[in-house]
Amino acid sequence: MLNFLPLSSPQARRWSWPWVITLGYLSVMLILPAIALIQKSLSLGFSEFWQIATQPMALSAYNVTFLTALAAAGVNGVMGTVIAWVLVRYDFPGRRIVDALVDLPFALPTAVAGLALATVYSDRGWVGSWFAPLGVKIAYTRLGVFLAMVFISLPFVVRTLQPVLQAMETEVEAAARSLGATPGQVFRRVILPPLMPPILTGVALGFSRAVGEYGSVVLIASSMPFRDLIAPVLVFQRLEQYDYAGATVVGTVLLLGSLAALLVINRLQQWGRYYASR
Amino acid sequence: MQAAKPASQLTSGQWLLTGLAVTYLGFLFILPALVVFTTAFSDGIPAFITALQSRAFLQATRLTLIVTAIAIPINTLFGLCAAWVIARNQFRGRTLLMSLVDLPFSVSPVVAGLMLVLLYSDRVGWFSPVLTALGVKIIFALPGIVLATLFVTLPFVAREVIPVLEELGSEPEEAARILGATPGQIFRRVILPHIRWGLLYGILLTNARALGEFGAVAVVSGSILGRTATLPIFVEQSYQNYQSVAAFSAAVVLAGLAVLTLIGKAILERYYLHKLPTH
Repeated sequence: MLNFLPLSSPQARRWSWPWVITLGYLSVMLILPAIALIQKSLSLGFSEFWQIATQPMALSAYNVTFLTALAAAGVNGVMGTVIAWVLVRYDFPGRRIVDALVDLPFALPTAVAGLALATVYSDRGWVGSWFAPLGVKIAYTRLGVFLAMVFISLPFVVRTLQPVLQAMETEVEAAARSLGATPGQVFRRVILPPLMPPILTGVALGFSRAVGEYGSVVLIASSMPFRDLIAPVLVFQRLEQYDYAGATVVGTVLLLGSLAALLVINRLQQWGRYYASR
Repeated sequence: MQAAKPASQLTSGQWLLTGLAVTYLGFLFILPALVVFTTAFSDGIPAFITALQSRAFLQATRLTLIVTAIAIPINTLFGLCAAWVIARNQFRGRTLLMSLVDLPFSVSPVVAGLMLVLLYSDRVGWFSPVLTALGVKIIFALPGIVLATLFVTLPFVAREVIPVLEELGSEPEEAARILGATPGQIFRRVILPHIRWGLLYGILLTNARALGEFGAVAVVSGSILGRTATLPIFVEQSYQNYQSVAAFSAAVVLAGLAVLTLIGKAILERYYLHKLPTH
């Protein structure tokens, strides 16, 4: 706690109410629960932890969770960039509505999102029925998990990129063109480099959100082990079976994955500041 | 410096790109939103209204409103305190404190629920002896649902208030203090008028998340329909029980609230906040 002591503020304010409330609330709401999880993990001992963490069903759940989330965030890295570009650079009818719509995943309860996606993309749904004759099932397969993760992670890329695009000077592009650069060269050499840090930050944020997502996925997946069972659903199932050790181990692996993503995000934001400061 | 201005005369290539963006959003967002409404009304409006009068629906609505009404003031108070501590003080561990406030965004809601179970479950929780002695039930009851909601909505107000508080600077506060204002007066007369739109934005996001939280609440509530089911859990349970109209009618209510949130967000962003932090 000593670390949180203010260095420069007067003695009288040191333990004023805002400090007490902030540190007390964070201790009870975040630190205590985190310690409970860590303590439960440690109580298992390394060999038992490792044995549960590397069970085939758990390994398959990490695979489905992390790889699908990466694919979803990657797709949104491209499509989110297109959407942000269009919203900042072009004026078209309904632009404001489209702009507001991008935030839908923040506003819509995830259970409703999952329900809606499952209905549209099931075999008999509006879109799913186009794919059913081709032998492609979307809802209740890993493709459905992917779709839910794409839904949930889209706003992160768009919203991270928009302010950077807005602040970008168009004169540089004009200068490059007047010096004889082709549109492709302008895009690759002038536009893209400063956009890469925010794009990748958005991808990492979306990935982190998709990895932890439960509500929308549980409604669009069949949650069959080794097929489309994601790690959060596995944690939930183990809790329902009162398998607290199993739930804790998978939950801890999931948490470590999110924290790793957080570290990557911090690095990417530092990289982004390098461009912003030039 | 010339900021990018949107072009209003689009070339065909630019129209193509715009079409691509809108089509993507159409398949991902608009069609799913439409299907919620058409399915809810597929058996006619009377069936929709009947579904909204069922006991289980009304109890889920009541529970959701109670939980939200408890979570908003608590996390607003915390968010204001945390924002003030972070924006007004330089101290070792400040960056760590900011990361800590943001932590709930990176924790899977299911893991958040798991942590609460490990602490407060009356079977295996740390506090189970105390809770049993006192006869208090937290997991599978209202307090657990409130704790889960508080956890997932913790960062919103602080995140939105920090930038507006930093923008205000500490001079107005110092001036008011020198002129003899009490801390309460400083907050009401100096700080609040400046941060109110950022604060409102944070409360709006807190409200949306509190109404819609599913994963964390599902873990700690036991999802007992008519007792510990919130609206999102009612949607899921009805859907799994093949009560399609009930599920979609409740989903329409939640989707309607989401549309109101989006409109509120758009208004706040357009008129009152020039620069918003991204999430």
